[in-house]
This record gives sequence, C-alpha cells and structure tokens, in this order.
Amino acid sequence: MTAPIREDRVREPAYGRLAPLPPPLVALAPEAMPHAVHLRAAVALAGRFPALSGVDLSVDPGEVVVVVGPNGAGKTSLLRTCAGLLPVTSGEAVVLGCDLRLDRAAVRPRVGLLGHTAPLYAELTAAENVRFAVRAAGLASSRAEPALERLGLVGRLRRTTVERLSAGQRKRVALAALVARSPELWLLDEPHAGLDASARELLAAILCEAAAGGATVLVASHEPEVLRAQATRTVAMTGGRVTGEAPAQPAGLRLAEPTDDPLAVGGGVHVA
Amino acid sequence: MWRDALLVAGKDLRIELRSRVALWQVLPFALLCLVLFAFALGPGEKALRAAAPGLFWLAVLFATVLATERSFSIESGEGTRDGLRLSGLDPAGIFLGKAAALALQLAVLEIVLWAGIEFLFGVRVHVAWLALVASVLATIGLASAGVLYGALSAGLGVRETLLPLLVLPILAPVLLAASRAWAAALTGAVGAGVGWLRILGPFAVVYAVLGVLLYGPLQEAG
Repeated sequence: MTAPIREDRVREPAYGRLAPLPPPLVALAPEAMPHAVHLRAAVALAGRFPALSGVDLSVDPGEVVVVVGPNGAGKTSLLRTCAGLLPVTSGEAVVLGCDLRLDRAAVRPRVGLLGHTAPLYAELTAAENVRFAVRAAGLASSRAEPALERLGLVGRLRRTTVERLSAGQRKRVALAALVARSPELWLLDEPHAGLDASARELLAAILCEAAAGGATVLVASHEPEVLRAQATRTVAMTGGRVTGEAPAQPAGLRLAEPTDDPLAVGGGVHVA
Repeated sequence: MWRDALLVAGKDLRIELRSRVALWQVLPFALLCLVLFAFALGPGEKALRAAAPGLFWLAVLFATVLATERSFSIESGEGTRDGLRLSGLDPAGIFLGKAAALALQLAVLEIVLWAGIEFLFGVRVHVAWLALVASVLATIGLASAGVLYGALSAGLGVRETLLPLLVLPILAPVLLAASRAWAAALTGAVGAGVGWLRILGPFAVVYAVLGVLLYGPLQEAG
C-alpha cells in the first residue's frame, strides 16, 4: 500500500456523513480470476461498424483505469463491450471470468454502467428509480436508502420525479443506483460531466472505496486530470485501439489503510 | 421470471398512473374513434347496434397500438434500454411484466369504452360470461402481440410509424373473433360465440409463448 503523501483528509462533501459501501455481491477470487478485464485483439461491432478494432487491455481487480482519447476513439464502445452490450466478433474478451464471445449476457448483472444518458425513468422519483435498480438486481430494497443518503438525495429530493431534476442531480441518482448495487466492475462514461465540485469529490471517494473493496473501475473521460489522483493507470485510445498507457501519477489521492476515524471519507483517502 | 414480471409490471403501471397518458390520451382517442365511427354509420339505431361489437373492438385495437407505443417510449432512451439489459432481469419476465401492465390498462379501457357503447348505442350484453371470456382472451392476445411487436420495433427511429404497420395486420384475427364473440354475447347465440373463442384462446397462448421465447433476442437486436 502506498503511503499517503500528506495527512490532509479529503474535505467531507456537503452530502452528510458517509455510510460505508455495501460489500461486493460476489466475493472476488484473484487467484481464479487474474484479470477483471482481459481483451486481446478484441474486435467489437456496433451494428456493422467495428467500434473496437483490435483492443489489447488487461485490468486487474481493484484497479482504477482512466481511458482517454479524442471523440470517436472507442472509449464508450470499450465500456459497452466490457458491459456485454456490444458483440465481440474476434479476439479474446473475458470480463469478470465471463467469455464475452460465448455469453456476453452473463457478465451484465455484475457490472454497473453509467453512460452519457442515465438509465433512469423520468416519471419515477429518485428513490423509486434506485429501488427499482436494486430489486431488479435481486437485492434487498433496503440497500437503496443508504445509497440515496450517501449521494445527498434526501428529503424532498428523493421524492422528486427524475424529470424535474437537474442533469447533475440525475447523475447522482444514477450513481446512487450503482452504489446500492455495488457492482464488481464499474464502467463510467464521463462521470464528472454535470457534477459540481462536492459531487466530484464524493465520486472520487466512492470510486476509491469501491476499488479498495476489490471492485474494478474503468472510466472514460475527457478530463483525465480530474481523476489523475485516483487512477492506477491511464490508457489512451485512438481509432478503436489502445495506443498508449501511462502509470499512475506520482501525486494526488492515494488509498491508505482503513481508518476508524469517523471524519475520514472512504475509509482513509488522503490528498496531496 | 414471475418476480421480474411483477417488478416490471409494477414499474410500468406506476409510471402510467403518474403520467396518466392512458387516461388523458389513449382513452379519449378510443372514445373519439367510437363517436366518429357512429357518425360514419349514420343515425340508424339498428345499424349502430349491429355494428357495436365491431366498433368497440376496432377502437380497442387502435388504442392497443397507442398504449403499446407508450409502453416502449418510456424505455426509448439509450440509457433506459441499456439499463434494462444490464439490470439482471429475465427477458421473459420483462415481456410478461410489460404485457401484464398493458393488458390491465386495456381492460380498464374496455370497461369504460363498453359503458360508452351501452350509453351511446343502447345495447345490452345477454351472455355476460361469453363477453367476459372473449374480452380476457382478446386482451391477453392484444397485449402479448403488442409487446412482442413493440420490442421488434423498439430502438428503431421509425418505431412510431412502423409499429401500426406491423401489428395491425397481425391483430386482425383478434378483431374478427372478438367482434363475433361479442355479437353472439349480445344476441345470446352461445354456440356461435364459443366457436370464436377457439380462435382467441390459441392466439393468446401462441403470442404469450412467442413473447416469452423471443423477447430476449428481440431486446438484443433492438
């Protein structure tokens, strides 16, 4: 574990005291599943168009990988492929131990995808949306409340229909659904778009905690500097391929040993 | 599968109760169809009474297309479509849930519509059980076929115009059989009415089974 560079704690976001993330749904067995994501020369089609044209990428459990690249580079397609939404036509593609070429539906309940459009029903309230997502995953609806509180969706906000929420608030509802479901693989496409500073900070803490709990995080972003602190790696894409890779930046947020200090966010996250 | 069906049906009905699209758009549309058909047939009381079952089911048929369109428009965004595929819900359960929610809306619409027909055309049902069984079977058939073809056209930019083209010819046997069964229920000709139930029953079963089997592949293709 990397030692914290400074002892300053992340300021607690303006969303109240944070409850710990629920444990991952399925215990990860690193020896049985060396990579959370393993793509070798993977080609994926979006319709007839090759959205990924030979991607090589391996991501270990617990990693936070940021995917960068220009528009049309294949970042979103990479996330959608990992979620089992796009068919892989050649190459190797194994996500969470599921071979996507054989059965891409098997991996879906184990991943959480936050795309450009939040998977929310406009006529349902924030609480109803999160409860639906939780119950659809076969989990107890009691997991919804702590997640809503964690994202600051309390009081009248949780009873407001999504169509009346701002873009940032909608994103928080979608994130609350992810937190409540606690997936093994988080796939986030431009997650910071529309979020205010406090919410970005909270998202950082959530991602750190999810990774510390063994989950894997893949983030496509045009703002890699926002996530530089949390990322273990940055991967560059162009033309549907991975064209470069950079290790974690030396400064910024680092996961520290869990602490029982109630003021610490995410069980001990420190910022440089 | 049943748990998933209940969850999806509850979600669709909750959305409908909140948006009231069926109440403020589908139901008035169906009532308007009835009144316009009556205008087209003229003021003859005898002709109106004879045509009442056909007009009723034709209005229900058009309302089915609108309600099906609405049922899929709530998941027309990429986010909600992907969300449903990633949710872990059994596609068969999603089909059954959506079909059940649609059938319940159609059942309410049929009750109101028939009350309107009784008031406007002065007709009375003589064999209530026949009308009820015909309605239940026809409603299951309409909802099942509607959701199946709704899934087929979901995700296409031309869904709104494609759905009626796909579904109306398929639902023609339901229109015919339900109209004849209801005509028999009005006149008391039970034997003739039961014969038409033999079309409505298999239609409902076939489309319910097809929906359970094909909804998953159709969802993927969409």
